[in-house]
Parts: sequence; C-alpha cells; structure tokens
Amino acid sequence: MNMIQATNISKRFGNLEVLKNVSLSVAKGEVISIIGPSGSGKSTLLRCLILLEKCDGGRIEIEGIPIEAFDETGRRIPLPHKDVKDGVRKMGMVFQNFHLFPHKTVLENVIEAPIIVNKIPREEAIKEAEELLSKVGLLDKKDAYPSQISGGQKQRVAIARALAMKPDIMLFDEPTSALDPELVGEVLGVIKKLASEHMTMLVVTHEMGFAKEVSDRVVFMDQGEIIEDAPPEKLFNNPDHPRIKAFLEKIL
Amino acid sequence: MSGTLGMIWYIIKGSINTLELYGITIVLSIPLGVLGALGKVSKSKLLSSVIGFYTWIFRGTPLLLQLFFIYFGLPHFLGINLDKFEAASITFVLNYGAYFTEIFRGGIISIDKGQYEAAKVLGMTYSQTMRRIILPQTIRRVLPATSNEAITLVKDTALVAAISMDDLLRNANQIVAREYTIIPFVIAGVIYLLLTSVIVWIFNKLEQKYSIYE
Ligand SMILES: Nc1ncnc2c1ncn2[C@@H]1O[C@H](COP(=O)(O)OP(=O)(O)OP(=O)(O)O)[C@@H](O)[C@H]1O
Ligand SMILES: [Mg+2]
Repeated sequence: MNMIQATNISKRFGNLEVLKNVSLSVAKGEVISIIGPSGSGKSTLLRCLILLEKCDGGRIEIEGIPIEAFDETGRRIPLPHKDVKDGVRKMGMVFQNFHLFPHKTVLENVIEAPIIVNKIPREEAIKEAEELLSKVGLLDKKDAYPSQISGGQKQRVAIARALAMKPDIMLFDEPTSALDPELVGEVLGVIKKLASEHMTMLVVTHEMGFAKEVSDRVVFMDQGEIIEDAPPEKLFNNPDHPRIKAFLEKIL
Repeated sequence: MSGTLGMIWYIIKGSINTLELYGITIVLSIPLGVLGALGKVSKSKLLSSVIGFYTWIFRGTPLLLQLFFIYFGLPHFLGINLDKFEAASITFVLNYGAYFTEIFRGGIISIDKGQYEAAKVLGMTYSQTMRRIILPQTIRRVLPATSNEAITLVKDTALVAAISMDDLLRNANQIVAREYTIIPFVIAGVIYLLLTSVIVWIFNKLEQKYSIYE
C-alpha cells in the first residue's frame, strides 16, 4: 500500500487550470523532490494533498484511506468525516514562510497541537518537544519567541512542530526559499536527517544539489502536469523531456 | 462639611455612578465586540449581515440619540420601563459593542492567512484556531484602538446628563449653578483626568505585556 496515492488530480483557479490530471504515488520511506518552473503548480499539488486547497477532480488516498474522491460524472463523493480527518493527520506540512505562532515561545509552538489536538498531558508533550528541539539543534532556544531567532532556526522549529504530531508523511513547500543562503544548509541538514530515518517526504525545492543527493525520485512539473517522474540520476543527467533540459541548464 | 471638601465629596458621589456605568460598559461591550467580530468573520452570511446591520445602526447615529431612544422610546413603543442607569448602561454597551465589533474584526482579518493554514495542518479546529492562535494575536493589534475607545468612553459618560442621571459632571454642574463658582468644574476636570490617566497607564502596561513577542 502506498503512503500517498493521488490519481488524476485536477484543480483550477477560475479559468486557469493549475493541475491537469496529476497522478503521484509515494511509497513508505520514499523521499520525493518536486521541481519545476514557477507557477507550474508545485505548491498547489501539496496543498491539495493536505486539503488546504479543494481539488476539482481525482482521488487522493493516504495509507489507503480516501480523503478526496469524485465519481465518473465529476461530482465529489462525500467521505466519512473521521476518515478524512485521520488521513490528513498522517501528514505534516512545513511552509516556505514558516508560519510559526508569533505569540508563543519555541517550546509552546511545538507543544500546542499535541496538547490541544491530541490531548496529550502537558508534561509528556514538553518532554517530547524537548527531544524534538534537541534533534533540530534548538533546545537552547526553547524559551525564545519566533521574532528572536533567525530564519533558519524558525524553519527548524516549524519542522519540530510538525514532527510533534508524529506524522507518517512530511510535506515541505520550498522550506529554504525564504532563507539567506548561509542558513539554507542547517535546514537541509535537518531534512536529510529525517531522510536517513526513512521518513516519507515530499519536498518542493529549488535546491538541485539537495534533490539530487537525497531523493529517491524527482518529479518535474510544468504547466500543471508532471512531465517526468524518475530517479535523480536519470532526471538530472538524461531527462526525456527537452523542457527539463532547458530548465536545468538555465538554473545550474 | 464645608467649602471645597464638601464640594469634592458631592462630586465624588456623582463619580460613583459614572464609574459604575464605565465598568459595566467595558466589561460587557468588549466581550460583545469579540462575539460580534467572530460572527462577522464567520462563514454564515446571515449572521454577518445581522451584525453588519447592528454596527451600521449604532455607529451611524449619535450616541445621544440612542440614549434618548432607549430611555424615552422603549417605554413608549414596547412598554419596557427602564430606570436611567439601566437605559444608560444598555445604550453604552450596545454602542461601544458596535465599535469594538469593528475594531476586533479589523484585527482578526489583519492576521496572516498562513496562521490559519499552520493551525489547520496541525489538526486544529476552527474554534481552537480562533481561541488559541488568532484572537491572542489580535489583542496586541487592537490594543491602541481599544485604548482610544476606553478613553473616549470616560468622556462619553457625561452624556447621561441628557436624561438627568446623576453623574460626576451633573453634580459638579449643580454646585456651580447653586454657588456661583467654577471650582467644581476644575474638580470635575481633575477627576476626569485622573480616570483617563489610570486607563492610559493600564493600556500601556497591557501593550508592554503583549509586545514581548514582537
Ligand atoms: N489562490 C489562488 N488563486 C488564484 N490563482 C492561484 C492561487 N494559487 C495559485 N494560483 C496560480 O496557480 C498557478 C500555480 O501556482 P503554484 O503556487 O502552485 O505554483 P508553484 O509551482 O508552487 O510556483 P512557485 O515556484 O512560484 O512557488 C500559478 O499560476 C498561480 O498564480
Ligand atoms: Mg510554490
């Protein structure tokens, strides 16, 4: 069973077709990078998978649980609320702009959802949060507010916050794009550590070196379609599609 | 009791009504404003237009007119008899509730949409998101405007003179009329200034408290 099975996802904003029958399957432990030009629909795909955006067609299953489905006539099939909730909860997401809760300290950011959503006792949540913070190298910042730490540190807190909900799958939407170049490495380092622990991950990124190094597969999106889905050696060295070649030449 | 001390005492007695009206208005209109703002940003079109109608009426007409309407009009139209203090309290709570609704609504919609998304992907419900993430951040943003309203309210309480309710200013005025001295006005002015200073001080403390994270 795949961790994520997305079939023929379509999405439009008004007249703009942003996703055109996109299908993607992600197996347990796989790390998949999604690359492609700006506006090709990479963020929209992630957002549809975690239901931040409602897609207009297709089917999404998370660990076999359908969380979004349409019938042949294109009508949305109502799914049990609990299944959808459970399915979505298996995923954690990290955003380009962190979206930490500014009124809460680093530690409070991490324990918030475990306590409020999972109803875990506070002491236990703190203990787990401290373990996660030391894993991302920020235990000494636990009492700082987000405004008091650097971008790279913020993103590492955001990762710890997502991990605190014990997701089986992590979605990253350009986790390093808002960072100064010298801070990119520390965040990629944390993501690599997760990869080495076999966390299932979907990473939208412009960091080609990172994509090459850690991905099991690289997905190339262009104009709302996945035009190639291949291991990094293949996609970077010998892509089928001329547009990929052109894209890679331009950015490398 | 003689002279100035007696005057001060009489004016302070009037201030008690003023303070009670002030306290009731603040304590009830702020929660009313929070609820109004939550209703106004909610997905329910009906709720948000009902609240829109309410704020339109109460922000669009003079407070004095509202006071007349509730004190003189309600008994006439609905047969509800209110004493002066009740009428003044209801008017002030509704009027200030309307302003707070709009202030808090502005605060809520100024919070970045990313905050809602972060809360959502962590599994928080809408009400958890509002209570734990959005409203606490809104407080910081609405403090300056809320502080303005709180100061204006001190001075607006003097409008109850129009329904001849005893308050700080009315008592001062009575002495002025009786004894041909303007000292009571000076005393009243000092008391108003003391009240507004206390309020400014409280809001400064609140702003300090809420600015630690910025
Ligand atoms: N909420 C929205 N309303 C209207 N159009 C949108 C919305 N979100 C995205 N789009 C459009 O959909 C297209 C795909 O956007 P998306 O953000 O998914 O691209 P992307 O591949 O993530 O690009 P980037 O690399 O710049 O982040 C773009 O043309 C964008 O303008
Ligand atoms: Mg994007």
